[in-house]
Amino acid sequence: MTGRVTRRALVQPSPMPGFGLAMGITLTMLSVVVLLPIGALLLKGADFGPANIWETVNRDRVWAALWLSFRLSFLAALFNLVFGVMLAWVLARYRFPGRRLLDAAVDLPFALPTAVAGIALTALYAPNGVFGSVLASLGIKVAYTQWGILIALVFVGLPFVTRTVQPVIEEIDREVEEASATLGASRLHTLRRVILPMLAPAALTGFALALARAVGEYGSVIFIAGNIPLVTEIAPLLIVIQLEEYNYDAAAAIGIAMLLISFAMLLAINLIQIWSRRRIGYV
Amino acid sequence: MTQPTLGSIAPRPSPMTTGEILAPLQRMRPLLTWGAILAAMALGLGESRAETLLNVSYDPTRELYRDVNAAFADYWTRQGHPAPQIETSHGGSGAQARSVVEGLGAQVVTLALASDIDRIAQAGKLPADWQSKLPHNSSPYTSTIVFLVREGNPSGITDWGDLVKDGVQVITPNPKTSGGARWNYLAAWAWAERNGQDPKAFVGQLFRNVPVLDSGARGATTTFAQRGIGDVLLAWENEAYLALKELGEDQFDIVVPSVSVLAEPPVAVVDAHIANDDQRALAEGYLNFLYSPQGQALAYKHYYRAWDASAAAPEDVARFPKVELVDIAHFGGWAKVQPEHFGDGGVFDQIYVPK
Repeated sequence: MTGRVTRRALVQPSPMPGFGLAMGITLTMLSVVVLLPIGALLLKGADFGPANIWETVNRDRVWAALWLSFRLSFLAALFNLVFGVMLAWVLARYRFPGRRLLDAAVDLPFALPTAVAGIALTALYAPNGVFGSVLASLGIKVAYTQWGILIALVFVGLPFVTRTVQPVIEEIDREVEEASATLGASRLHTLRRVILPMLAPAALTGFALALARAVGEYGSVIFIAGNIPLVTEIAPLLIVIQLEEYNYDAAAAIGIAMLLISFAMLLAINLIQIWSRRRIGYV
Repeated sequence: MTQPTLGSIAPRPSPMTTGEILAPLQRMRPLLTWGAILAAMALGLGESRAETLLNVSYDPTRELYRDVNAAFADYWTRQGHPAPQIETSHGGSGAQARSVVEGLGAQVVTLALASDIDRIAQAGKLPADWQSKLPHNSSPYTSTIVFLVREGNPSGITDWGDLVKDGVQVITPNPKTSGGARWNYLAAWAWAERNGQDPKAFVGQLFRNVPVLDSGARGATTTFAQRGIGDVLLAWENEAYLALKELGEDQFDIVVPSVSVLAEPPVAVVDAHIANDDQRALAEGYLNFLYSPQGQALAYKHYYRAWDASAAAPEDVARFPKVELVDIAHFGGWAKVQPEHFGDGGVFDQIYVPK
């Protein structure tokens, strides 16, 4: 009898049918697709030992690569946050010819193989490319510099913010803005105090996704970065280099370092989200 | 179907009509269709193994093996065998070797460095003495490292010493990820030794003139030829000639340095992946074909320095200038060179230390 009571307290029967089946499938899928590979990585790291991991990571070249990867990923996600929200606003609010086409084009970075994107961007921004030659005459180098990496990361992360924010903008009632206007708020004030707070949670989610995507990006960056150690060498490339030497332990060590930093950053973004929800009080 | 199904309240009084029997099937039709499509896609993931041969090779051999595969298939069927299905996979030599170690089912490997095949041997997939199985250290063709410069050689580059001058930009792939780039590095090292310079300092200076480190040889060629970066490309000789042919002889010149390396890209049968005697015969026939006059002629045609010129076109053979070539034994063999120079914290890593 007591056993029954505790069981009931532990697992409350859901009024929705199919909970057991759906949860079972979810957990299995999540384990096979996500948890197993990450578990394997952590296991490899545990074999190697924390001291060895620290020794592998605590080198100028690794720190330089990690700093480069996370700094540029953050900047690219920030850029996408601003322009992604703007793009979502335009797509959701205005009706103009070619809107559907533009809407579909937003998803292209998802569909295009990243290597193709990287090669195309390199061809455009190389000193003899269409944009690159113009920029070169102004003395600006883009391809094979950190700017090139930034452009590639902006490209691959673009859809995330737009796609998370767009449905939220479509849901916002016009009346809310009208009410704000009748109460005497200026347009900027309405935008700042009414619209943006409603968009913030979705925009932050998009930002986090874009950031996470950029940190792990390899395919496109590798073509446009010069891959010079300490200058334009991204952390995922260091992992590949360790693999080339059959140095699986060191590769796992850098992988774990990236995982931990990513986890910390995503956690921070989640905390900001919770804080913003509390402050605004809804969504 | 006469029994009441789960959830039905009353048993059916009469046998069902065909329409009633098919109705659930009709409802399930989209599901069945999608199931069939998914199953077909999943089956497509599997490998078929009948009379096939997978040759896992390195980056710049694409054109060579395209011709070799066609010629060999022709030769093999004329010997009375069923037509083989030969596939080749190309990529960085190290990455290719790793794929084979991790289970890519290659029957034949044709890689850039003996050390990469050694690695596969260490995984127990072929005997440790694999390199003595075929003539010439199991290398049916060889190549060397030359310079590709822009038309008219505007930077006046004639030998390795010119590469460390101020303002000269050198394009080479990363020796950590590219087999060819290791040869580039060793050739520079050999030149410095012969010319009374400190090889370590010389190579370090050279790599400080490198603005872009691509991961593979083909990527470096693209950076130099298509993107217009750099004054000189350190390239496989075959890759340099190919660039001349594909991109126009009026755009680039080949400069042959006074000293270079004898690169021996070896080939081997991966015993662990041979399914049966027929496949072994096919794999061995394939590698032996590379040594036949016809195979050697194809190697010459694709700008490799081969051994037997008897069937080759004379102009393919005559184009190679004489160079003093240093082989890997001079450096103590790959087993010594690999960890010392290109291993973690090795000589190459020491070049990139912040000052």
